[in-house]
Amino acid sequence: MSNATIKALNERKLRDKSSFRETVRNSLTMAYRGLLKIKRTPEQLFDVTLQPIIFTLMFTYIFGGAISGNVQNYLPVIIPGILVQTVITTSIVTGVQLREDMDKGVFDRFKSLPIARIAPLAGALLADTVRYTIATVLTFTMGYIMGYRPEGGLGFVFLAGILVIICSWAISWIFAFFGVISRTASSVQGISMIILFPLTFLSNAFVPTNTLPDLLQWFVKINPISHLVTAVRQLTNSGTIGWDFTISLIGAGIIVAIFAPITVRAYMRRA
Amino acid sequence: MNRTTSKRTVIENKDWAVEAHGLVKTFGDNRAVDGVDLNVRAGTIYGVLGPNGAGKTTTIRILATLLKADAGSAQIFGYDVEKEPQLVRQLIGVTGQYASVDESLSAMENLIIFSRLLGLGRTDAKRKALNLLEEFGLMEAAKRPLKNFSGGMRRRLDLAASLIAQPPLIFLDEPTTGLDPRTRNQMWETIRRLVNEGSTVLLTTQYLQEADELADRVAVIDRGQVVAEGTVNELKESVGTSSLHLSIQNEQYMQEARLMVERVLNVQSAVSTEGGKITAPMADADRVTDLLITLREAGIQLAELSVQKPTLDEVFLSITGRKTSLEDETSATSNKSNKKEKLI
Repeated sequence: MSNATIKALNERKLRDKSSFRETVRNSLTMAYRGLLKIKRTPEQLFDVTLQPIIFTLMFTYIFGGAISGNVQNYLPVIIPGILVQTVITTSIVTGVQLREDMDKGVFDRFKSLPIARIAPLAGALLADTVRYTIATVLTFTMGYIMGYRPEGGLGFVFLAGILVIICSWAISWIFAFFGVISRTASSVQGISMIILFPLTFLSNAFVPTNTLPDLLQWFVKINPISHLVTAVRQLTNSGTIGWDFTISLIGAGIIVAIFAPITVRAYMRRA
Repeated sequence: MNRTTSKRTVIENKDWAVEAHGLVKTFGDNRAVDGVDLNVRAGTIYGVLGPNGAGKTTTIRILATLLKADAGSAQIFGYDVEKEPQLVRQLIGVTGQYASVDESLSAMENLIIFSRLLGLGRTDAKRKALNLLEEFGLMEAAKRPLKNFSGGMRRRLDLAASLIAQPPLIFLDEPTTGLDPRTRNQMWETIRRLVNEGSTVLLTTQYLQEADELADRVAVIDRGQVVAEGTVNELKESVGTSSLHLSIQNEQYMQEARLMVERVLNVQSAVSTEGGKITAPMADADRVTDLLITLREAGIQLAELSVQKPTLDEVFLSITGRKTSLEDETSATSNKSNKKEKLI
């Protein structure tokens, strides 16, 4: 390298835009960076390992008897619910970490490189699917240990896990947007919790909805989280792919279609 | 300036690595950059000299496509930074005054990731990273996380990362701030070598000596404006061939003595921060005789008198009427980029 000379200007091939292939490549490289960071600081995986274990135990034994008569009958209801709640909550961390990351000098370098603008964001979000996978596997494992035997079989459980991961990845774009526009990491955390807490609890994740007041029932029915929970229940408990499955995927697609562009634009404006 | 930058104008303009006209950037009430013009010839080292908060970093960030200017235009090798940022990015390397590398990863991993992003294959990226680590003397520390790196090592890695694509134009924002003299000299060597290999370097510095050592041309920037521009020698000549330093015995006559200096020599003078010393450019040595006679007639007794060859310090002083030691005062109002300095 030291004896290499700088290429003359007119010998350089300059490209105006990143092609789709380059965009994917750049994003994968950024995802690799995200994975390396997780490897370097494994303590940041505490939440995705402890939360599924603690929440599954806690909710099942607190609500099990009251709602379904006993713990065993409650498991098919609560495990899909808690899975969706846990994994989606995990996606908040994506926004928080993105904010912290962007405050560091290295993001200036990313911005000054001729790479696809979306790559630093897409890469970070992609790497975080590892976190969702860990949370998903642990929740199902906890369920199994407590006696949950999904009737849909392993294949459908796997499919349900993939569905939850895809939807959480889509939702993490919302939190990435907050991450990009907020000034501090803690405000990202705050805003995201305020949105997510009612969404996950005002759903059919933990309780049957027929005892709820009318207004609440109406909200629970249109709540996208309810559709996702229902889709997961249908997959794991009866091995069927229903309308809710499609709605969940469409919803995920819409979220990405809206939030990915505005997040990238906000990211570039904050340069 | 030719606004329609077609491929043809690029060839015509390739002598100029940077052409910037009337750049303006405001942060709230603070006009960080207030009409900066810069022209940097390809293959040279250009120094942007100024105190903290003068607008150096903001200017670099605009030229490096990291920040949009509120007004004005800038071309890098003929490509407009605002309209063709992606092309500009393929021609530049940026090293900030804070290290723009990933703290939680190792030096090796950093370089591999940047190489991969720049389009190198897996094996090429690894080879490139190893070469650069070797070249910048970071081989032993290659696998260590950057948290344990010294400031100098971080800077070297930062510069190495800017050189992966062998860009024809390299921005160095205060490359030696906070480095010890030995590391600083190494950095200077590296910068000189880059230019010998055909790169153009635009560097900012607060150190007059650094501009003196390295730069072919210098722009002195103060409060967001270019207040002087030229070769180092031109700038030095502009303040006279030498400067006169006077200390007087009785400090209560300080102001009086200063006025005499200014009147007799017909120049602007300054008082050093330690007090006690009047500094003035000495354009005509003959007049010093007159000055000494005037001082004696007024009964002001001298403690010391010396003549010094000009330094860029005096350039700055004579242009802005302020000592560069005002830096600390101006930094309080400087823009947000300064907060990153504490990372170093």
